[in-house]
Amino acid sequence: MQIKDLFTKKKYATVPSERPKRDIPEGLMNKCTRCGTIQYSKELEKNLKVCSSCGYHFRLSAWERIAMTLDEGQLTEYDTELVSEDPLGFPGYASKLEQQLAKNPNLREAVVTGEGTIGGLPVVVAVMSFDFFSGSMGSVVGEKITRAVEAALDKRLPLIIFSTSGGARMQESILSLMQMAKTSAALSKLHEAGGLFISVFTDPTMGGVSASFASLGDYNLAEPGALVGFAGRIVIEQTIRQKLPDNFQTAEFNLQHGQLDMVVHRNDMKHMLTKLLDMHTAGEGLSNGG
Amino acid sequence: MAGELPFEKPLSDLREKIKTLETLAAGNGMDFSEEIARLEERCKQLEQEMYQELTPAQKMHVARHHQRPTTLDFIQAVFTDFIELHGDRLFADDLAIVGGLAKLNGVPVTVVGHQRGKDTRDNIARFFGSPHPEGFRKALRFMQQANKFNRPIITFIDTKGAYPGNTAEERGQSEAIARNLREMAGFGVPIICVVIGEGGSGGALALGVGNRVLMLENAIYSAISPNGAASILWKDASKADQAAEAMKITAKDLLAFEVIEDIVEEPQGGAHRDLAYTAEHLKAKLWSHLQELRAMTPEELKEDRYSKFRKIGKFQIAQQTRAEEQQTTQLQSAADESSEAAAAGGEASTEKAALPESAQV
Repeated sequence: MQIKDLFTKKKYATVPSERPKRDIPEGLMNKCTRCGTIQYSKELEKNLKVCSSCGYHFRLSAWERIAMTLDEGQLTEYDTELVSEDPLGFPGYASKLEQQLAKNPNLREAVVTGEGTIGGLPVVVAVMSFDFFSGSMGSVVGEKITRAVEAALDKRLPLIIFSTSGGARMQESILSLMQMAKTSAALSKLHEAGGLFISVFTDPTMGGVSASFASLGDYNLAEPGALVGFAGRIVIEQTIRQKLPDNFQTAEFNLQHGQLDMVVHRNDMKHMLTKLLDMHTAGEGLSNGG
Repeated sequence: MAGELPFEKPLSDLREKIKTLETLAAGNGMDFSEEIARLEERCKQLEQEMYQELTPAQKMHVARHHQRPTTLDFIQAVFTDFIELHGDRLFADDLAIVGGLAKLNGVPVTVVGHQRGKDTRDNIARFFGSPHPEGFRKALRFMQQANKFNRPIITFIDTKGAYPGNTAEERGQSEAIARNLREMAGFGVPIICVVIGEGGSGGALALGVGNRVLMLENAIYSAISPNGAASILWKDASKADQAAEAMKITAKDLLAFEVIEDIVEEPQGGAHRDLAYTAEHLKAKLWSHLQELRAMTPEELKEDRYSKFRKIGKFQIAQQTRAEEQQTTQLQSAADESSEAAAAGGEASTEKAALPESAQV
């Protein structure tokens, strides 16, 4: 035996276990994406899917958010029948759409719209879902958002949009891009009519959604840590070849640079929305002289 | 030939050949006139074949040609009395955007557009025509001024996209683009937008909410540059040509989608071959559209613009609700599964049973 053999690591064969991890049922526990803390899924749900250890806000699907934001989780849904098609005949788009539908039994597209109440006050809401096609905006997302804006305008109701999106749906190329103009034009009408629009950025909101309706709120809110920006970090690093700060494009970064009114913890979101809505309805009906 | 594109090589090779023959003829006193005439005929034929129907990828290369006329070239060639204005009054003067006052056939208008550089130094100063937020805010300021003084607005679109950088993000790139979209929708003056080169993404659209949107024949317009799409879809930016074909980026495609209203003719080979020709056609189109729009009231103009964008988008109307659909697919898959299970000797069903229902919390 030579002396260097003392320092080499012995190699062992790994024998696969007879009973692979069947003991912990899937979905019972959850590991935090940020800090790695393992916690009971039920506890996490109770905590509105915020990590009890580090405060990381897990991404929510549209229906999860509706359940925790609207009174009794009740939503009268609009435009449930709108479905995407493949207008460009883009390679692979049709099958990708089918995959997304199969994986999201409760969704037909990346946004759910409708009306309900928050803190007893009636609102029109649009809630995006990142789990459907990365929340990308194609014709259907643009149309549903536009119709929600129009409903708010017609019914004279406040509008709240929870955004989350990777940006434009490039499989619909120019039609996708034009949804930015369409939704913003609708918001121009709402704006002129004095309608209230509260925009809530959730993780992540980038590209075409960030650069259209999501940035046009009378009040722009964001959840802690939410990534909000136009161009993605990788694109920027490749273009300018500069190291970006760790907190780049987080909600806190945006707040610091004057792009947001406030960063609101998920536990306080409903309360804050109620307070803002109340500011716009309280005192109504009082005559000028009081 | 100067500024030749790769796909134009066969043509220039042929021209080269003709030239060689000509010098040979001049030097030796030999007569190649028949041969030369034949080659010239072939050259003409090839030229016609080549330029008659450029592929989307070829158009992309023409649109990006380094000699392609820029916004300032068109402003000089189409308008008179141009007065350039500067700055967003908030932060800086972004040279990726140019604009000011000018006259079109004697009518005062506001012109504004993306400006690419003419050479490397110019390109660096102008960020290759990719605006920062201050660029979009500069454009907005010009347009608000036009709206105040009831001047028509003519915009020129020519950018790969908004500048992707930390400085741009810090100053609210998203907000700047979004605000332009909303404000342009609300102006009571005619707005005509012309895509003269490359219309890339939100940075292009931020000058693109017009009553009429025109495109030069070889210009392209898309949600993301073909290079970007290729690197996302196929992890390979060099497949841009392939992406260009798939993305429907040409003027003809966009006219069919009713995203644009009109196409401006270019000379054979592209606008860079003959600026005067292109400018003349552009001027005629701008004038005829402007005449139509000037007949409208501010309210009509706003409504016209709204309805133009309101109707863009393609989707289907489902007959079933999502729940009904789920039920049918579940029944379908259950049926499929049981037949599969039968075929596989029941293996599939035992696999399923191993994971108790209650475990899926």
